[in-house]
Amino acid sequence: MIPEIGLFALILALIVAIAQGIVPLVGAARGHQGMMAMAQPAATLQFALVLTAFAALTYSYVVSDFSVANVAANSHTLKPMLYKISGVWGNHEGSMVLWVAILALFGLAVALSGRNLPPGLRARVLAIQGLIGAAFLAFIIFTSNPFIRLSPAPFEGNGLNPVLQDPGLAFHPPFLYLGYVGFSMAFSFAVAALIEGRVDAAWARWVRPWTLAAWCALTIGIAMGSWWAYYELGWGGWWFWDPVENASFIPWLVGTALLHSSIVVEKRDALKSWTVLLAILAFSTSLLGTFLVRSGVLSSVHAFASDPERGVFILGLLVLVIGGSLILYAIRAPQLKGGGLFAPISREGALVFNNLMLTTGAAVVTLGTLYPLILEAFGGGKVSVGPPFFNSTFVPLMIPVLIACVMGAMMSWKRSDLGGVLSRLKIAFAAALIVTVSVALMAGVRDIIAALGLGLSAWLIIGSALELAERIALFRGPLSASWRRAGGLPRSAWGMVIAHGALGLTVAGITASSAWQDERIQLMQAGDSAKVGPYELVFEGATPVKGPNWTGERGKFTVTRDGEPVTELFPEKRDYPAERNQTTEAAIHYTAAGDLYTVLGEKAKSGGWSTRIYFNPLVAWIWIGAVLMAFGGMISLTDRRHRVGAPRRAASVAPPTAAPESA
Amino acid sequence: MTRKQRRMGVIGMGMAMLGISAALVLTAFEDGIVFFYSPTDLIEKKAPTDQRLRIGGLVEQGSVKKHSDGVTTLFTVTDTANTVQVAFRGILPDLFREGQGIVAEGMYQKAGTFRADEVLAKHDENYMPPEVADALKKAGTWKGDGKK
Repeated sequence: MIPEIGLFALILALIVAIAQGIVPLVGAARGHQGMMAMAQPAATLQFALVLTAFAALTYSYVVSDFSVANVAANSHTLKPMLYKISGVWGNHEGSMVLWVAILALFGLAVALSGRNLPPGLRARVLAIQGLIGAAFLAFIIFTSNPFIRLSPAPFEGNGLNPVLQDPGLAFHPPFLYLGYVGFSMAFSFAVAALIEGRVDAAWARWVRPWTLAAWCALTIGIAMGSWWAYYELGWGGWWFWDPVENASFIPWLVGTALLHSSIVVEKRDALKSWTVLLAILAFSTSLLGTFLVRSGVLSSVHAFASDPERGVFILGLLVLVIGGSLILYAIRAPQLKGGGLFAPISREGALVFNNLMLTTGAAVVTLGTLYPLILEAFGGGKVSVGPPFFNSTFVPLMIPVLIACVMGAMMSWKRSDLGGVLSRLKIAFAAALIVTVSVALMAGVRDIIAALGLGLSAWLIIGSALELAERIALFRGPLSASWRRAGGLPRSAWGMVIAHGALGLTVAGITASSAWQDERIQLMQAGDSAKVGPYELVFEGATPVKGPNWTGERGKFTVTRDGEPVTELFPEKRDYPAERNQTTEAAIHYTAAGDLYTVLGEKAKSGGWSTRIYFNPLVAWIWIGAVLMAFGGMISLTDRRHRVGAPRRAASVAPPTAAPESA
Repeated sequence: MTRKQRRMGVIGMGMAMLGISAALVLTAFEDGIVFFYSPTDLIEKKAPTDQRLRIGGLVEQGSVKKHSDGVTTLFTVTDTANTVQVAFRGILPDLFREGQGIVAEGMYQKAGTFRADEVLAKHDENYMPPEVADALKKAGTWKGDGKK
């Protein structure tokens, strides 16, 4: 009964979404108040219906109702409750329901909070949201129904793939989807603005918080996914330039560009049509990401069994959404006239540079990801594009952005003085130089690129700190005055400084862990020892262990450093009988200086175990940096000027120079 | 600076970016792209021995052996028409087993064996790498399309 209610709710939600997508749009075109006002109750109702469906599916998982095919295929009675619930979105059908539920949640947020949005804009935004929802609901109902019944119901379910039974991965998809779907808000606002033919600072003030929220969620989602791959897959790596990873990284790059260009629209009334284009692209690449992960067209380390029919449906959707919005853009964008002029050396100029580089980077990653598909379509044979491609294209493109990032933050709007900015960054430059030279001396000139990477990281961290110090006039007066200034600094300025500094941490982690990873693979008998990084490890053998729904073997390493005991590590090899699957559980000793990472391999016939041990220097900084970046975004989100529904204060906040000048 | 000049400046910069990235992409294509060969392709197309390749197929039943060093695994990959001997040093993925479809990356040796430094088997036991599915289809032994 409950699953039928869920399916019924989905069908009703589809009908509501279609109405929500058409009626307010027509109403807004004709200026009919009643038809426009229909959007809010429709969005609320759609959310209630999708939530009902999601709850029905979750209930089926919680009570292990194996008469539902989806539950039988992906759950098991022995599974811990957390993974019964996360199993809802651990599969294709359920993840699509989650996708639509998040979309409906965003629609509800606009319906509830958008009271001081112009009624026409609000009606159109909600209508576009309705259309997106209708497309995805149709996709679920016609190709991926999660409520299909099995008769007779099996006695036991197949279980969830054990590598997915992990707290990190339980929350990875919801965050990723919050990010993907969050960009649908920017998209809806962009399309609504194109229909109206008007983009102004007020529009940017509406779009920015949504973009920022989506960006934070996506940052957390990608960081979680990468961390999960790091500790769960047991390969010692954290990023593989795999299509599924790239699929989430491309929208992140475009979203980062959007985040920065919408600042220019809000503050300076410039870059309007570019920002609208980025909003369209951010959501389009999110859809492309969904398509890549779910269609199975590319061979990926994270790929799951998938169905080509769905791929065709999503491809059609992609063509419709991207093609349709770009055609609308081509027709309407020339009407969007920017106001503010600026010199190339100015904050606007720096943000344009950031945008060009980030979108070029996104384009290069997209090309590398899709190249195997393109080549195959033209009969060029099967290829895969590996990390060397991305390392030698994407990385050089990002270096200028990282260098310019600190400088841009110090520039003033309209026109700035490069010499002045550089002289204010003297200390950061000195720090970068000292770090580069001392690392090069310690590690040898062979590692000069890594030394430069760490220097870049110092530049970012110290440069951001200098920016903050300057804003609060640190050491230029009494500390109490600086303290007061720090309190008065807008939250968005804090957010920026934190996020840019955090980027420096991530760069340091990426550089050090790629350059100086120490990997050892060997056959070890109990009592054998190995030296990895600064640590000495003694293998003490392996013993059988038993978990709630698995059995396995647990190895033991005693770790010492310079003769001093450090820790004991227990890597495991687990066998999940319900899923007929094995997993490798790496045991990791986390420190700020680097992780000691141990993996238990297979038991050799001769006795003993093959083991793999890594030392990954500074690797944790990657995720600390990513989390801090998202934290910076959230701080910025609490800025009162971003608060949705906050009274407009821009006129009094903006400096007098912000008045638009005619060309 | 007039609007037009500024726009031309931005377009010029965009073009420069495009040029730089095109140059980067073209040089990276030299060594960043790895071609896929089925065991039949390896024999028929004379696979190069001086660049990285991917091969794929099913792990032949009963072919998996451990080398005496304890960490090198020897096995045979088949597309049912032809086979190739693979040596892999390292720890195999959890889903590696006989009869499973896998993709291996590494160098093809002149002696006709394949030295892999990476073996991919998937998260999902029902998953078949698309390359392997195609290779099996070509060899005419593909059964079903992998759906449950």
